[in-house]
Amino acid sequence: MADLPAREPLIFELGKPGRQAGTQFPPRAAGSAEIPAHLRRAVPPALPEVSELQVVRHFTRLSQMNFSIDTHFYPLGSCTMKYNPKACNSFAMLPEFLGLHPLGPEPQGFMACMYELQEMLQEITGMQAVSLTPMAGAQGEFAGVAMIRAYHRARNDLGRTEIIVPQAAHGTNPATAAMCGCSVKEIPCDANGDVDIEALRAAVGPATAGIMLTNPSTLGVFEHKIAEVASIVHEAGGLLYYDGANLNAILGKVRPGDMGFDVIHMNLHKTFSTPHGGGGPGSGAVGVGARLRPFLPIPIVGRDGGRYRWLTERDLPQSIGRLSGFMGNAGVNLRAYVYMRLLGREGMVRVAEFAALNANYLMKRLQAAGYEAAYPTRRASHEFIITLKRENRLYGVTAMDVAKRLLDYGFHAPTTYFPLLVPECLLIEPTETEAKEDLDRFCEAMIAIRREMEHESEKLAAAPHTMPVRRLDDVRAAKQLDLAWKPAA
Amino acid sequence: MAFIPHTADDIDRMLECIGAKTIDDLFDEIPVALRAGELKLPPAMGEMELGRLLTERATGDGRPVNFIGAGAYEHHIPAPVWAITTRGEFYSAYTPYQAEASQGTLQLIYEYQSMMCALTGMEVSNASLYDGASALAEACLMAVRANRGSISRRILLPRSLNPTYAQVALAIAGNQGIVFESVDFDRSAGRTLLESLQPYTGQDVTALVIQQPNFFGSLEEADELTDWAHQNKILVIAVVNPISLAVLKAPGQWGTRTDSGHGADIVCGEGQPLGVPLASGGPYFGFMTTRMQYVRQMPGRIVGRTVDTEGRPGFSLTLQAREQHIRRSKATSNICTNQGLLVTAATIYMSLMGAAGLQQVAAASLQRTADLVARLSAIAGVKVAFTAARFHEAVLLLDRPVALVLSALARRGILGGLDLSDRYPELGHALLVCATETKLDVDIDAYAAALAEVMQTARAAA
Amino acid sequence: MSDIPNDLRYTKSHEWVRAAPNGAVEIGISQHAQSALGDLVFVEVPEVGRNLQAGEASAVVESVKAASDVYSPVSGKVIAGNPALAAQPELVNQDPYGSGWLFRVQTSAPFDEASLMSAADYAQFLADEAK
Repeated sequence: MADLPAREPLIFELGKPGRQAGTQFPPRAAGSAEIPAHLRRAVPPALPEVSELQVVRHFTRLSQMNFSIDTHFYPLGSCTMKYNPKACNSFAMLPEFLGLHPLGPEPQGFMACMYELQEMLQEITGMQAVSLTPMAGAQGEFAGVAMIRAYHRARNDLGRTEIIVPQAAHGTNPATAAMCGCSVKEIPCDANGDVDIEALRAAVGPATAGIMLTNPSTLGVFEHKIAEVASIVHEAGGLLYYDGANLNAILGKVRPGDMGFDVIHMNLHKTFSTPHGGGGPGSGAVGVGARLRPFLPIPIVGRDGGRYRWLTERDLPQSIGRLSGFMGNAGVNLRAYVYMRLLGREGMVRVAEFAALNANYLMKRLQAAGYEAAYPTRRASHEFIITLKRENRLYGVTAMDVAKRLLDYGFHAPTTYFPLLVPECLLIEPTETEAKEDLDRFCEAMIAIRREMEHESEKLAAAPHTMPVRRLDDVRAAKQLDLAWKPAA
Repeated sequence: MAFIPHTADDIDRMLECIGAKTIDDLFDEIPVALRAGELKLPPAMGEMELGRLLTERATGDGRPVNFIGAGAYEHHIPAPVWAITTRGEFYSAYTPYQAEASQGTLQLIYEYQSMMCALTGMEVSNASLYDGASALAEACLMAVRANRGSISRRILLPRSLNPTYAQVALAIAGNQGIVFESVDFDRSAGRTLLESLQPYTGQDVTALVIQQPNFFGSLEEADELTDWAHQNKILVIAVVNPISLAVLKAPGQWGTRTDSGHGADIVCGEGQPLGVPLASGGPYFGFMTTRMQYVRQMPGRIVGRTVDTEGRPGFSLTLQAREQHIRRSKATSNICTNQGLLVTAATIYMSLMGAAGLQQVAAASLQRTADLVARLSAIAGVKVAFTAARFHEAVLLLDRPVALVLSALARRGILGGLDLSDRYPELGHALLVCATETKLDVDIDAYAAALAEVMQTARAAA
Repeated sequence: MSDIPNDLRYTKSHEWVRAAPNGAVEIGISQHAQSALGDLVFVEVPEVGRNLQAGEASAVVESVKAASDVYSPVSGKVIAGNPALAAQPELVNQDPYGSGWLFRVQTSAPFDEASLMSAADYAQFLADEAK
């Protein structure tokens, strides 16, 4: 069973007036430079007053209250929680890389890595050009839809403002379309989890800017009719956007460019194993076909002769512009570069193969244990959905109960209640870096939980039992907002 | 290679369980015509040889002494900051959706939010955004939602604002019909004058952006600008440097109003100075704080303190109904992640430094820049551009093109600052320089000596 | 089955309307809607004096798992927002047809009751939706 430390006081509660980590303070500079009185701060900010050891101990203890890939199996569907190789971090944190000011002379060694990363991503996705600047998947999506809009505008095709998304799409898809000033048309999926082709035909028209798709879809299955979808949208004058959330499933097996997509964003923090960091930083590189190339966000690494240089608005006057203060999450991109070089050509293909092997194995074993797969006739991609609607009816347990109980067994929960289309669902993504023994242990926990459902379902309803806290009062959290510690008046 | 643990025996047994003959069978739903051929990628490398390649590339670019700021600042980073931040339990965890198994990350974010509120003098903070520039874009979108009295979607951007921030705001917010109008700065003071806002008095304007210190390092008269905005029912978006807030008036205190309406309405900025390395521009993090009354208009994750079923205190993500996974096309933003790992670093940094340490960093940076400006402007052909009070950056005017001077300095191992001639051609040969607490007398001496030599050589050659 | 008072009219988006003789109407959300949303944590009502078009998003009800717009079933000017909801959003859960009302509108033209569903029609609508 999991064993995490119990409560840790707030850092503010550890302090004492006058205590300092003085070794970290700079020497006082002699001189008389001063801020004019009316612009000066009157009262110092209420920050902690603690020693260096207190800081180290406090944050180390906090870290121990987390589940993470380094400590636990983390089959969080749609998030690709695979091993983040230590080398990626070590090499990206070489002091010379960390010391580079983004506005200094173009650093040839660093830019060589970025250039090669662009080339490798281009090859893997089958696209014509790549920009590494979007700072997260959602920003990559934004860049993609903004480019689609810019493309139609440049052709003076101004009526194309509708983005089609399947109902099963991630919430960022419609939110992104709205941020780009587009309206959203949702279309249903059929019983096999594929896009409903007739609904798509009915939805496209002269207002269609494009369609946003994930393939394999968020339902964990490969979109069979992708070629047909592509031709329907293209014939209607729209473009195809590929949400790269599930790229891990098809790495080296099939390329979005070959499926007919015009633009793709990749989540480097999923497929290329850069850290999730407790919720970021991500990196959402975008790749495009020839039509969208002029609109790529800047800067991009170019090469003139033997020299690397930043391509800017001068080189791409039709660019959708800059999405970050400098060049996106450069250090994340560097980690992805290290990962790709470690894997190389032969490793890259094995990613999808073993992600699929693990997902299909786990699905079969859970089915054998009595769990119901949402799409039993389909192959799992790198992930699959279990629906607990029957268990919900029979025993009153919910997907949330099972998720919380898994924590007690020492496993991070799968994704719950996404996609919304499948009732009481668990979206399970084991990733390729998990060993068979770990998958088997997870199955055993699920089998034990199944027994608990039948005989002691109250144990599930009250789970987790072994975490630092029990289930939290979310209603109170949202109603009596306590969002910051304040010093006693 | 690919970090795959499977043995041949594992594979056989797993395929048998699945009922497939080969791994390739698992891809039989992908139409054959679409299958990829062999990828043209370089072969795999071991960690040792790759380490050698990357070390060569990293060291090849050298380690010059840096006097560039312009939105990314070199500060001392205490050893504990990244030693703890890169612990696997922080580094390899996901967004804290399962609160019970993520109390470490959640409590840390709550502490971070508390610190950002304290620094900026505001009531609520989110869990961070991508970076300073994109945080301003989000702040502009938020202002449109928050300023119910305004229908113009018109936002005033001073030209003394970091020009890249203006570009990013346009790229991100421009698609939603927001109109950005630029407000000129005073050529001699190097800051925004109240007079330049007068044409907008009485008009429908959604928000005024005030960067403090501004892109030139000059201090704006934030009180009078804020008063003017509030008199005209315009929201104030403050863009601030967090280190400077140890010595500068908090945006929550801007203006001379004494009622609850005083201060900026939305505060945002680049969090990088708080323990995050320069690293070619990222990953950094953007911060955002605001008044409680606007909390539901704020984008990004927010952590709240609550209790569990046994009444013990605990932390969870809250106000999620604003967000994309619930509100879809009506969400406050499409943002999902924050920059959790950088927030971890910043929270550890702020804890170590405390108010006293931050104040010392800010005071030392202020003094070092004053020293640098005094030394450089004593050189023939170099003068100070602006008269306004400064924090830790300044614009110098040279008597010849800046690019040539900078490349001569670079050959001497010095990054002498940022050439402004592209961004502000009207200023002539303008150079933006910065010295933080990391620049000691020996560095400033070296810069002054090198610049004197470069300027003299150039004059002699002319 | 949900509680559906006979003296009110209903919309497909689950608002109810109570007509007063002077052309003023009171608007809220149905028992079914509040129960689907779960515990409300925040309610935003329109400002007094705002002119609403029928079908316009006019209020927001928020629970931990959802935030929904409330559409005004009628056109007219807002004459009151329920002041109690700022501190007690749970009133909508506890008493959706009474103290949990959201806002009142003075309609410009006499409001056409036939454009909305009767209690019986709404009950049928809910039954059809559940299928």
